[in-house]
Amino acid sequence: MPMFGDLYADRRFRLSFWILVLLVTLAALSFFSPYDPTRWLQVPRNQPPSWPHILGTTSKGQDVLWEATFAIRNSLVVAIIAGVVSRIIATLIGMTAGYKGGLIDRVLMSVSDGMLVIPLFLVLILLASLLRGRLNPVNLGLLLALFGWAWDARTIRSQILSLREREFTYTAILSGMRTLRLIFREYLPFVIPLILSTFIGNMAWAISLEVTLAILGLTNLDIPTLGTSLHWAMSYQALLLGYFWWVMTPVALAVLLISGLYWLSVSLSEYLDPRTRFQRIGVK
Amino acid sequence: MSFIRGYLLPRAIQYVLVTFLGLTAAFVLPRLMPINPIQQRIAQYQSFGVYIPPEQRDVMIRTLKELYGLEGTLFEQYIAFWKRLLRGDFGPSLAQFPTPVMELVSRHLPWTLGLLALTTLLGWVFGTIVGGVAGYYARSRWAKILDGIAMLVRPIPYYILSLLLLLLLAYVFPIFPLGGGAAVGVQLALNLQTIWSILRHAALPALTLIIAGGVTHFQAMKLIVQGVRAEDYVTYAKAAGIDERRVVFRYVIRNAMLPTVTQLGLSFGFVFSGALITEMVFAYPGIGWVLYNAVMNGDYNLIMAIACISVVAITTSVFILDLLYPLVDPRVRYR
Repeated sequence: MPMFGDLYADRRFRLSFWILVLLVTLAALSFFSPYDPTRWLQVPRNQPPSWPHILGTTSKGQDVLWEATFAIRNSLVVAIIAGVVSRIIATLIGMTAGYKGGLIDRVLMSVSDGMLVIPLFLVLILLASLLRGRLNPVNLGLLLALFGWAWDARTIRSQILSLREREFTYTAILSGMRTLRLIFREYLPFVIPLILSTFIGNMAWAISLEVTLAILGLTNLDIPTLGTSLHWAMSYQALLLGYFWWVMTPVALAVLLISGLYWLSVSLSEYLDPRTRFQRIGVK
Repeated sequence: MSFIRGYLLPRAIQYVLVTFLGLTAAFVLPRLMPINPIQQRIAQYQSFGVYIPPEQRDVMIRTLKELYGLEGTLFEQYIAFWKRLLRGDFGPSLAQFPTPVMELVSRHLPWTLGLLALTTLLGWVFGTIVGGVAGYYARSRWAKILDGIAMLVRPIPYYILSLLLLLLLAYVFPIFPLGGGAAVGVQLALNLQTIWSILRHAALPALTLIIAGGVTHFQAMKLIVQGVRAEDYVTYAKAAGIDERRVVFRYVIRNAMLPTVTQLGLSFGFVFSGALITEMVFAYPGIGWVLYNAVMNGDYNLIMAIACISVVAITTSVFILDLLYPLVDPRVRYR
């Protein structure tokens, strides 16, 4: 795996890689949790960190550490659904617009421009306040996916625009290759790196929006996510009562997770960008 | 004349069209949701333990339909929506009945405008200048340090960033007040004491906004400058022995600034909704705080009004920017 080795030389990649390994392990631990994350009063309340409750307990009578494992898992579910679905939308729209051109291109791109200009956060609040409790991680992921594709569709489109003018496109068309086959067999490999690096950036975006919406109480608060954990801690005044272990756990985990994904996406896109790759090896 | 036909008219048409589409979206989106706001509200009353007899229930449903603008066919609703919009009337606030929504908005808007107009501008100025210089001297030590700080701060969700700053600067080290727009009991009059109180309360939210905005502009600017720096004309200017400061500020930064001017225009538009988190964390009595309470109380009319206002604000600021753009960029002519 030479690519991994190259990437691993980047300090940011190393850091984010291990952060994410740690967090995914924590998320996986949730499958072995002795507690039901949705039930209250399972352990003594408001205990500071000590054995057997390593990170203390909440005013709801839940173990902070085990609750956090579920929170990471559910936040990752939101992020992955939002990321995957919006990548699919972005790829389809970007490729169609780029390849077909003309009127279709103009219509699709003005739709995506419109998506970029609308006050996204406000629209999400409007929709989430109508949906309220129905926003479980899956629905929230889908909702975010609906709004997260516009910019990346644009990037993919411009990539396709340049590919369309290349020699091999004409060769393929003249030798009778069908459009869909051409797009999937010949263009997709060029677009995949782009999809990958924007996928991770999009995941970070989704998690941070989840936190924000949950803080406002606009998601299903019975399901533990990083956002809802923080919401409960704040609404029980954990900060003023000095239960810092309860507040700081979701804060630290959210910062770690989002930063990890962000650094990963930055190092990936720098790795994939040929211009900065030259800079890195020292060619100028 | 050719200016009007060639430059102004297409942009004006686009402006009207985008505004129209945005407002239509604000009308359509809530109606696409698989949810009935009226049933929701009645269920809310019932959950408070209010008994509603069946005949009153019908009256209530009709009243609520009228309030939400949900009577008649979809097309009739749409016409009614535009009629109200053009009159600037969004109906009464549902949570603070019967105060008109617009009165609430206009009461709290000055707070937000004062705070955000300034911080948006300051964040942009700092971010652009520091980012520009750091991008030009990208290999120097302090540029790397600044870059590292930006890499650390950028991904932190804004809510958590402001919470951490509040904890640190108002709780652990009580330099700033914990929240509010002015000290409790201060009469809002035009004297030094009031102004000082307002400034002191605005300082911390302003700081978080400047940090958050500045870091974004810093990164964008640094990236662009690194690109511009490699262009031939910069090499030429340096080879010609032009003073380096002049090259940095007059030739590189000025050229690289153009895309960030667009960003500035957009962020001015977002002023109307973007302050929600700040104002919630710092209990600052602006439009975001109103919006936060509206969300908490399910005050649908108020949310709708703010959404429509900010759509118009964004498209308008983009439009104005489009008109001003040739002043900044000589390459774009009023053709």
